Amino acid sequence: MQGANSEKILISGIGLISAIGSNVQECLEALSSGRTGIVRAQFLQTRHKDEFMLGEVKLSNEQLFDILAISEEDRIRHTRTSLLALSAGREALLDAGFKPGDFGGRRIGIISATTIGGMDKSENSYPTRDLASGFVQTHPSGDSTDKLGEYLGIDAYRSTLSTACSSAANAIMHGARLIHHGYLDAVLVGGVDPLSRFTLNGFNALMILDREWCCPFDQNRRGLNLGEGAGFIVIEKESSVKERAAKSYCSLAGYANANDAYHQTASSPDGEGAFMSMSKALEMSGLRPDEIDYINVHGTGTSNNDLSEGLALKRVFGDTLPPFSSTKAFTGHTLGAAAGVEAVISILAIEHGLIFPNLNFSEPIVEFGVAPVTKLISRPVRTVLSNSFGFGGNNSTLVFSR
Amino acid sequence: MLCDGKEVLYLPGEDFPSFAKTLYKESGAEYPKFYKMSDMCKLGFLAAEFLLKDLDEVKVADPDQKALVLGCRASSLHADIEYSRTMNDIPSPALFVYTLANIVSGEIAIRHCFRGEELMLVQDGPESREHENYLKVLMAEGKTKFCISGFVDYDENGNYIAELSLIKKK
Amino acid sequence: MDLREKLKGELIEQLNLEDITPADIDSSAPLFGEGLGLDSIDALEIIVLLEKEYGIKISNPADGKDAMQSIDSLAAFIEKNRK
Repeated sequence: MQGANSEKILISGIGLISAIGSNVQECLEALSSGRTGIVRAQFLQTRHKDEFMLGEVKLSNEQLFDILAISEEDRIRHTRTSLLALSAGREALLDAGFKPGDFGGRRIGIISATTIGGMDKSENSYPTRDLASGFVQTHPSGDSTDKLGEYLGIDAYRSTLSTACSSAANAIMHGARLIHHGYLDAVLVGGVDPLSRFTLNGFNALMILDREWCCPFDQNRRGLNLGEGAGFIVIEKESSVKERAAKSYCSLAGYANANDAYHQTASSPDGEGAFMSMSKALEMSGLRPDEIDYINVHGTGTSNNDLSEGLALKRVFGDTLPPFSSTKAFTGHTLGAAAGVEAVISILAIEHGLIFPNLNFSEPIVEFGVAPVTKLISRPVRTVLSNSFGFGGNNSTLVFSR
Repeated sequence: MLCDGKEVLYLPGEDFPSFAKTLYKESGAEYPKFYKMSDMCKLGFLAAEFLLKDLDEVKVADPDQKALVLGCRASSLHADIEYSRTMNDIPSPALFVYTLANIVSGEIAIRHCFRGEELMLVQDGPESREHENYLKVLMAEGKTKFCISGFVDYDENGNYIAELSLIKKK
Repeated sequence: MDLREKLKGELIEQLNLEDITPADIDSSAPLFGEGLGLDSIDALEIIVLLEKEYGIKISNPADGKDAMQSIDSLAAFIEKNRK
């Protein structure tokens, strides 16, 4: 194993598909105009159709097949998961200036993350054991990663991880470490999750869903809205970006992961895990808390998360709390994709000098006392801190900097 | 169940639920939440229990320096199937909680106060180049003193394996 | 069978309280915090039990809080609301 190098890790490409758009540009427009993508589901078949609003990607599987030009014979090998992953993964790779399979001799990898893999197909096919649908092959979490590798010509290094709602952040961290330690030159990292009855019913059983539009960080928040999508970025070592004379958006300046060790699905009341992941990520970045220009919070809108995260924010930032917002009222909580989706949003904030609003907000949480940004702000954004906290006490924070 | 190569308990032919129960009693752990766990979590919990038994230096170490890097193949498939059965009637929150691959790491972390990094990789089997690489990188960074590394898998047919090691930074 | 005794058995079953028998549960003792030391997920499972066994639907966990103080309060709640 080679020694660690201290080269900067730059983001050279971004890709996104979510409830607010099928690509980065569409999503940016929605974020800038305050337009949520959370509505009644169009494609997901569920008895709860009229009860909950969801952040569904506004394309059917058939439309995605056509856009991705997937041949008829090949279609059975896919799930909504792999289609979403391909959409955003391909966009990121092309944005970075790479062509599938053509990397100029560079060592490229994929680290992807998901919570339910091909469950969207399995939940329809398993009850009747419909083997012809191919669900047995497409169910595993690694399937969409393999599909990405296959379609984008990346086979040197593929890895899949699954740590609930912080999954994609951990994929990004994992990729960054591999670059730091000389294993790879560039990595396509991020996460994907589709909507499913499995997840909807499960979250409903935990009674943490909002039947209306979620209001993150609001005193009267009622829970979260589920969403689906994929967010991928290409992280690359600086020398490689320079050699290619490619553009870069910013650098991945810091990252950290810590375990709350409190409960399987709830965060500790004092936000210890969140406090640790934020503190360590900042420490690694070399930035002071008051040097952060914007925080994209995890902000799911649940009673537990927002309070816990709020208290942790206070502990880390004290009186110098930067403008912050949760963008989950736009996209919904996209679970395994969330940190990837929000990494792209954080990078867009830096690229375009925009701080996106926290929709549906009325009054601050009493114990926290601070309001998020509620209107689009246009000003230079050089540094962003992004939080993603998952079940199992898995807390991750990423810091982006230009 | 083997610990450092020595046999702790051998119950051939016993199904996992009863084997786990016997092993739990054998471990001497007083942890009623054990009974609420999915089979995959019980598996990981028990392996960790015996792994860390009598290791006082781990108990007293700074929680921030204790990490978990695990791999699995079938993810939480067994728990997913159990939960999905309840979807036909009233979905069970207690079963849903376990429908994520990394809850087993969470359970171990809660039990032994591991507050450092936590990662769950999805692998083809116990041997994984990616897992090895990640471990080397993590330990080289220097912030982790102890790391539980290994493979915990419980598939849809009830086949199971857990192999855990404790890695210590010199 | 007395509703309280029935409830104790049902809770033991529903919440996987394996090493506990109905005799171990004091009807007036707190179910959460001390006593049986149940947590938020157990509370949700009790809500499922109330719907499945007694036809009582609670849509907001906060509504069930008072009812779930103890076996006594749970029994009283069921007697008042059962279908």
